Amino acid sequence: MLNVYGTELRSRLLLGTSRYPSPAVLTAAVKASRVEVVTVSLRRESSGERAGQGFWSIIRELGVRVLPNTAGCHSVKEAVTTAQMAREVFGTSWIKLEVIGEDDTLQPDVFGLVEAARILAADGFEVFPYTTEDLVVAEKLLAAGCRVLMPWGAPIGSGRGLNNLFGLKALRAHFPEIPLVIDAGIGVPSHAAQAMELGFDAVLINTAVAQAADPARMAAAFARAVEAGCEARLAGPMEPRDLASPSTPVVGTAFLR
Amino acid sequence: MKILVNGAWRNTGAADLAAALQEFGYGGTVVATALNGEFVPVGARAVTRLAEGDSIEVLAPMQGG
Repeated sequence: MLNVYGTELRSRLLLGTSRYPSPAVLTAAVKASRVEVVTVSLRRESSGERAGQGFWSIIRELGVRVLPNTAGCHSVKEAVTTAQMAREVFGTSWIKLEVIGEDDTLQPDVFGLVEAARILAADGFEVFPYTTEDLVVAEKLLAAGCRVLMPWGAPIGSGRGLNNLFGLKALRAHFPEIPLVIDAGIGVPSHAAQAMELGFDAVLINTAVAQAADPARMAAAFARAVEAGCEARLAGPMEPRDLASPSTPVVGTAFLR
Repeated sequence: MKILVNGAWRNTGAADLAAALQEFGYGGTVVATALNGEFVPVGARAVTRLAEGDSIEVLAPMQGG
């Protein structure tokens, strides 16, 4: 079981709710993934369309926990205000904290991130910071009050998998007790399995499922990959080696020359 | 007076934020509000006075990654 801020989660897959072809496909994907947590956001509501009201009723019917994000925020103030608004609307103190520093890569502004995390943690939020694999930033986020870290695998929506394998391994090794969730950049289930095999605690996926030709089927595939990777980690993978080692016993080999 | 509602100028006779939300059709909706960049909790809307040129943000749940 994954424990984040005192909440036990059976599923180690978290799913984003954005970019699906339709609400029905989103619903089917969430069900197929068997996730317990989905990410959501806040946007301007038009009183005529009331699009947000419809979306919110779909999410509530799914009976999953929500992890609101501060996507699109570029400053500490924007992120903090958005988090406060999200806490009221969604009725949760969980916040996936994003402070974006650069638009081409959507790389987090880690300086703003640490500052916003400190303000929010002091205000009672349970902060899930979207960060990089940088160890020093991770230390500062923990000192700011974060009890979970969400390092990126690759830029949001890029589908490139785990970009900096060594950096991510170092992060895992350096913080063995902190729940680490790979957030962003996962493209296919093998990336998710790899993250789990490396010892990460969970994986957050959005685009890779939402933009698949069959999102529900891909959601199910990710669920299996995460489970397989997690089981493999617990089973203790063999050490890789450079040269062959016969898997069939050599003792008793017939002499037939 | 004129105020900004989600980035669009609107005329309003509402004296406070709660009245403005009613006037602009947000009655009964699940929304969060901010006035001039500061969060205004539900319970404070009725006592949050509006002034000419104020900017209100009215946000609702939306898809997110």
